[in-house]
Amino acid sequence: MATMKNEIDFLLHLADNALIIGHRNSEWCGHGPILEQDIAITNIALDYIGQARNFYQHAAELINRHPIGIDITQTGNDIVLPATEDSLAYLRDVREFKNLLITEIPNGDWAHTTLRLFLLSEFEMQLFTHLLQHPDAQVAAIAEKSIKEVSYHVKWSQDWVLRLGDGTEESKQRMQAAIEAIWAYTGELFIQPEYATAACLNYAAIQDVWNKKVSAVFEEAGLNIPSKTFIQKGGAEGMHTEHLGYILAEMQYLQRAYPNSEW
Amino acid sequence: MEQAFEQIFQDKIDREVRIEPKDWMPEKYRQTLIRQISQHAHSEIIGMLPEGNWITRAPSLRRKAILIAKVQDEAGHGLYLYSAAETLGISRDQMYDQLHTGKAKYSSIFNYPSLSWADMGVVGWLVDGAAIMNQVPLCRSSFGPYARAMVRVCKEESFHQRQGFEILYVLSKGTEAQRKMAQDAINRWWWPSLMMFGPKDDESPNTIQSMKWKIKRFSNDELRQKFVDVCAEQVKVLGFTLPDKDLKWNEERGHYDFGPINWDEFWQVVQGNGPCNKERLDARKKAWEEGAWVRDAALAYANKKAKQKQAAA
Repeated sequence: MATMKNEIDFLLHLADNALIIGHRNSEWCGHGPILEQDIAITNIALDYIGQARNFYQHAAELINRHPIGIDITQTGNDIVLPATEDSLAYLRDVREFKNLLITEIPNGDWAHTTLRLFLLSEFEMQLFTHLLQHPDAQVAAIAEKSIKEVSYHVKWSQDWVLRLGDGTEESKQRMQAAIEAIWAYTGELFIQPEYATAACLNYAAIQDVWNKKVSAVFEEAGLNIPSKTFIQKGGAEGMHTEHLGYILAEMQYLQRAYPNSEW
Repeated sequence: MEQAFEQIFQDKIDREVRIEPKDWMPEKYRQTLIRQISQHAHSEIIGMLPEGNWITRAPSLRRKAILIAKVQDEAGHGLYLYSAAETLGISRDQMYDQLHTGKAKYSSIFNYPSLSWADMGVVGWLVDGAAIMNQVPLCRSSFGPYARAMVRVCKEESFHQRQGFEILYVLSKGTEAQRKMAQDAINRWWWPSLMMFGPKDDESPNTIQSMKWKIKRFSNDELRQKFVDVCAEQVKVLGFTLPDKDLKWNEERGHYDFGPINWDEFWQVVQGNGPCNKERLDARKKAWEEGAWVRDAALAYANKKAKQKQAAA
């Protein structure tokens, strides 16, 4: 049973990551700096919502199959049964969400948004590659499908890091400022959550590849990695920034205001 | 000489031969098309705002995914249409400038606020529905690039319209609060949707020339009537009503009669006094101005790379 709880928590972690970063990216829709790029970031948001749905659906299936004795929430609140993708996305509160902090911080300018996506999607690329070996075939299948999308996210966001890092004086300053602001949230990527117990996961190896990839791009763009290495963490365990509450208040408003309705 | 060209041009139009960007065309034909196509493109881009407004609040993940895809489609329509207009010798930046300075117009419907989730249903059903009514004939527009862009646009719009109707259908089967929400949205959007077809025929001075040039195939009033006839039937499936006490089937005409449109309101909104004119335009200007450094950087980077490539060759 402990293994099942771990897998469910891990699926929720992956789903929450995708949902919250998808939400942030979707905030750009209609407000992007270039029409083609507005379409691109919106499309990336859509990819993430799709990934979130896949992970939530699988989590819901496991929860419904093993409802007895599983307290899947950290605050001891009862989960609504039967679980669905929507009950998991819309009816859990801040302390139950397991997304990484880097996904919930505000978008900032285009440099912050593209840099965050670059740092996150390089991580996801490695994580999902490990998950191809996951003993649960459904998890491996979702990872395989997601990798196709993440490869594009990496390419697109990396191009923006290079373009802005090596564009104008102003864009370089803005990209460097984004790095200074976001760097503290990157350490959490490599802290293995307690429930991430699948043998195929090796966070040290993920970090190793990530460091190499990110350093190479920063070097090509003439950007510096900050020397201060303090790490903000806790998201994966339900300890969030104040921002997440506002995201959920907005996202969950209809489900909360009109309970038990079909949409 | 000019007259001979004009003769050949009109002859082509009469024979339903498409006019292509490099063909000779009367200056007024070119200007009319630039005005119409750019206005249409701007409408797609401004139209992203009232619906984008609900992406982060969509009530289920499925609805969220559909809405994101839909708004993204609108951006794509804007892109095709700007490209079609560019073939007539105007740049996208010039068109943006005309939008931002208020010289170019866009569909007035988007100056109304989207206040509830049901608005996403009604915008799809009525607003996209009215747009389709206007746009299907444009697939046969005499100007080739516009006609071809419209074929793609119409395919996607018809999906949008159906998803809007489906949102309302689900609400119609839902709770009392949901049904109220849907009826309220229909009440707010019905009349502005009828205004989307433009002024009455006898007050639409460009119509005759545009029909002669086959830029336009049906008059505003013809299309409006067709729309009323369709919606009056569809609303019955939903079990809701259209907010018009004069709406009534006229056996003799074979059409629905409908009440008078408030043209004062129409002209007020066209002139900039609608509830959201300022917000919509401000949002676009902000995106454009705050994106300037991004576009500058992308250009500088592309130039740098091109130079490096040249030096290496």
